[in-house]
Amino acid sequence: MTEKNAWRGFTEGAWRDGIAVRDFIQANYTPYTGDAGFLAGPTERTTAAWAKLTAMFPEERERGVYDVDPDTPSTITSHRPGYIDRDAELIVGLQTDAPLRRAIIPNGGWRMVESSLKMYGYEPSPVVADIFTKYRKTHNSGVFDVYDANILAARKAHILTGLPDAYGRGRIIGDYRRVALYGVDHLIAAKKADKAASGAPFTEEMIRRREELSEQIRALTELKQMAASYGYDISGPASTGREAIQWLYFAYLAAVKEQNGAAMSLGRTSTFLDIYLQRDMASGELTESQAQELVDDFVIKLRIVRFLRTPEYDALFSGDPTWVTESIGGIGADGRPLVTRTSFRYLQTLYNLGPAPEPNMTVFWSPALPEGFKRFCAQVSIDTSAIQYESDELMRPRYGDDTAIACCVSAMAVGKQMQFFGARVNLAKTLLYAINGGRDEITGVQVGPVLAPLTGAVLSYDEVARRFDTMMDWLAQTYVDALNIIHYMHDKYAYERIEMALHDSDILRTMACGIAGLSVAADSLSAIKHATVRPVRNDDGLITDYEIEGDFPAYGNNDDRADKIAAELVEIFMSKIRKHPTYRDAVHTQSVLTITSNVVYGKATGNTPDGRRAGGPFAPGANPMNGRDKHGMVAAALSVAKLPYEHSLDGISLTTTVTPAGLGNTRLEQVTNLVGVLDGYTSVNGFHMNVNVLDRATLEDAMAHPENYPQLTIRVSGYAVNFVRLTTEQQKDVISRTFHGAL
Amino acid sequence: MVGSVHSWDVVTAADGPGTRFVTFLAGCPLRCLYCHNPDTWQRRSGRPMTVEGLIAKMLTFRPFIRAAGGGVTVSGGEPLLQPSFVADYLRRCQEYGMHTALDTSGFLGARATDELLDDTDLVLLDVKSSIPSLYRKVTGMPLEPTIAFGNRLAARGNRIRLRFVLVPGLTDARENVEGIAKLAAGWGNIDRVDVLGYHRLGVAKYEKLGLRYPLDGVPPPTPEQLATAAAIFADHGLEVSVT
Repeated sequence: MTEKNAWRGFTEGAWRDGIAVRDFIQANYTPYTGDAGFLAGPTERTTAAWAKLTAMFPEERERGVYDVDPDTPSTITSHRPGYIDRDAELIVGLQTDAPLRRAIIPNGGWRMVESSLKMYGYEPSPVVADIFTKYRKTHNSGVFDVYDANILAARKAHILTGLPDAYGRGRIIGDYRRVALYGVDHLIAAKKADKAASGAPFTEEMIRRREELSEQIRALTELKQMAASYGYDISGPASTGREAIQWLYFAYLAAVKEQNGAAMSLGRTSTFLDIYLQRDMASGELTESQAQELVDDFVIKLRIVRFLRTPEYDALFSGDPTWVTESIGGIGADGRPLVTRTSFRYLQTLYNLGPAPEPNMTVFWSPALPEGFKRFCAQVSIDTSAIQYESDELMRPRYGDDTAIACCVSAMAVGKQMQFFGARVNLAKTLLYAINGGRDEITGVQVGPVLAPLTGAVLSYDEVARRFDTMMDWLAQTYVDALNIIHYMHDKYAYERIEMALHDSDILRTMACGIAGLSVAADSLSAIKHATVRPVRNDDGLITDYEIEGDFPAYGNNDDRADKIAAELVEIFMSKIRKHPTYRDAVHTQSVLTITSNVVYGKATGNTPDGRRAGGPFAPGANPMNGRDKHGMVAAALSVAKLPYEHSLDGISLTTTVTPAGLGNTRLEQVTNLVGVLDGYTSVNGFHMNVNVLDRATLEDAMAHPENYPQLTIRVSGYAVNFVRLTTEQQKDVISRTFHGAL
Repeated sequence: MVGSVHSWDVVTAADGPGTRFVTFLAGCPLRCLYCHNPDTWQRRSGRPMTVEGLIAKMLTFRPFIRAAGGGVTVSGGEPLLQPSFVADYLRRCQEYGMHTALDTSGFLGARATDELLDDTDLVLLDVKSSIPSLYRKVTGMPLEPTIAFGNRLAARGNRIRLRFVLVPGLTDARENVEGIAKLAAGWGNIDRVDVLGYHRLGVAKYEKLGLRYPLDGVPPPTPEQLATAAAIFADHGLEVSVT
């Protein structure tokens, strides 16, 4: 298809000369300010296709995987074409040659592949094992070649945790729209031009640049080959709505064929695709039902993205997440809402196909969004709990209006920015290290720097705060060191060729650190400051428990005495992170986001001075500790909103659970009140909110009868997850979380 | 001005429209058999707080509430046990542009000055019964003051959200519900009737306070019982909502 024909009817602009998807969107999209009345239900074809897959889910859930191809390391072109139902599919392409058949992707690390295969009863191929242990080094081996004793000890003690040193780092969003708008040949030509313009002197940076550009060009060529195997020539631009979705999906598919990233997010595609669907509808080539059917078929594909991972990995991240995050809505720099009919159509898939955790529907919220869209979002939340909200008002001024979320809360300008994902450190445990002079409170092993033992009968706030500061200095240094090693090796051995081919050649990189256990650390410090906390020592002199006398203000009640401690901790740790140089001069950021790993981190942490018992779960993300927020959801949200976003630019996560009655008596009232709560939270600079609308009885019944709730989706700290896929322990944790239903 | 404040909460869809900063004042002259807040009966169960202090607390929520839609509510206990404190607080809230609601049984309605009622955008009026003997059985006090208060609100044009707690075997007789519906329809300034199903979530508080729970063995109403009561209100042309 020639550009002239493919771009018929589009308004011209700078996008025609360079690669500028945002400019194309701004010049061509039609905002939609109406309500949801126009939407269409599922077609018979859609329902049949989805039913065919859902029939396979029980077996997959039972065994952990449906099927695996253990012999073929996955690349963009490694597998023959796969289909769900070849004659009925509108959008085609699978990661392997069959639906739900998982591939191995050993570049991240062979051990992860090997233990996953064995866990699920597959024999690793001796040839592949040889390749990745004898001939081809992996990211994982590279990292462990360099780690020093300090990093290894911190990692083993779980004070540094979840590091992407044995798996794909993810959180990189290719601008998959570029393939639809320009076709692959145009993108290859642009990369070749960038490469030609990069030359002597051949510094290490320049050598790396030219090698990376070569890899990107090679990946783009393979992308064309993969599409050709399905019978599509994507060398030129897409010329219809269906082609635009297909081209974009092929690009995304290439990424998930080659990378088992911790989060493989999609970007911000609905309003881009709307331009194509709108053009087809205007010319009478497409009906609303057909447009919805294309979106439904696309979303079916996104719902069955699968990776082979170990059970430990699933315990850390809960369920089987892929974080195919799609960012929807928001307001443009010129004040027009970026909401289109296709924004509604994406959300409509939650009705047409039923609720599901993937793709991770993320609405960029602003009080200025059109009322009809706000109300539809609230309604979908109440019906499915499958939307997360992030403040467009905080992101737009910092990243522009073509920003998307990677994973749960990490904002980045699409195609212009990527992050080095850094997992997180356990701040609650760090406080215990400060109290115990660097010794681990569980093992007694000296992990952190040696400080003289505390001898007093009562903990002194000033003394503990001073020691905590010292311990955080050590932790920040250790953390950034580890991340520099990890990302050096990831670039070297598991470079994201296709995702980076869909970025500008010159991009902004961030080094995204993170903290866990913020509310435990803040409440512990508040207890030491406002109550009397007496340490309890074991025979070895190690402080292993605390006796608390008197009350103390807890984070989560809109009480500055506690909230300020939490806000200061965020700022202090960020300032310590910033002191350390980063790999490729990445800009330091951090998140307050623990996903459901708050259970795992809590398990690795002893008794804390706030009264939390050893092994007990932390609160998720930036949430207050379960049960300590005494004044309802809004008071808790206001505490979280006090955490400074400028010192936590990789995101601050709040998960709320509310029963339908907690939002109102009638459906109309529930929708109005949820819109109000979201407007309210955004207006006080709250960043992110998960909204679970449930009642306890539903969850308890789902624990007892998982077979009746295959699609029960709950949102936990930034992403949606199938409740029945959680471990019993995680299910109990979710249930014990404060239900904010009014009594 | 100092009041005795039991506690505060920020709630959505309870104690008035939208998201509200709700203050529970301590002390109540009634002893409703189904009361779920026996911990607010005694005035001494609260802690002293100035209007200034309460306003300062309210203001920390104001930006949120203004954007979300909602306001402030004074509840209890019985707020009209402390009418000057309430009047002062509601006046200040009005100055800050907050929608105000007063949650009361109406038993002490005579203590509410016209100024206080001028500063009240919505009265959440809890009418326990329309039959004097039953009202006394449920609350321990006479019905008459509540009717007088309702009449006064109607005459002044104050908006009322009428609340009625349906307790099987106690307040659910057709005659009782019908009587309340007639009263409300006669007042004519009813924004909505909330039929609240009796619940047993207060039981633990009685145990904690060493009090006998008066409604031992009484079950919450069935959805059918709630629907029957709601239909009676609707038949009188009133907007009804059931929880």
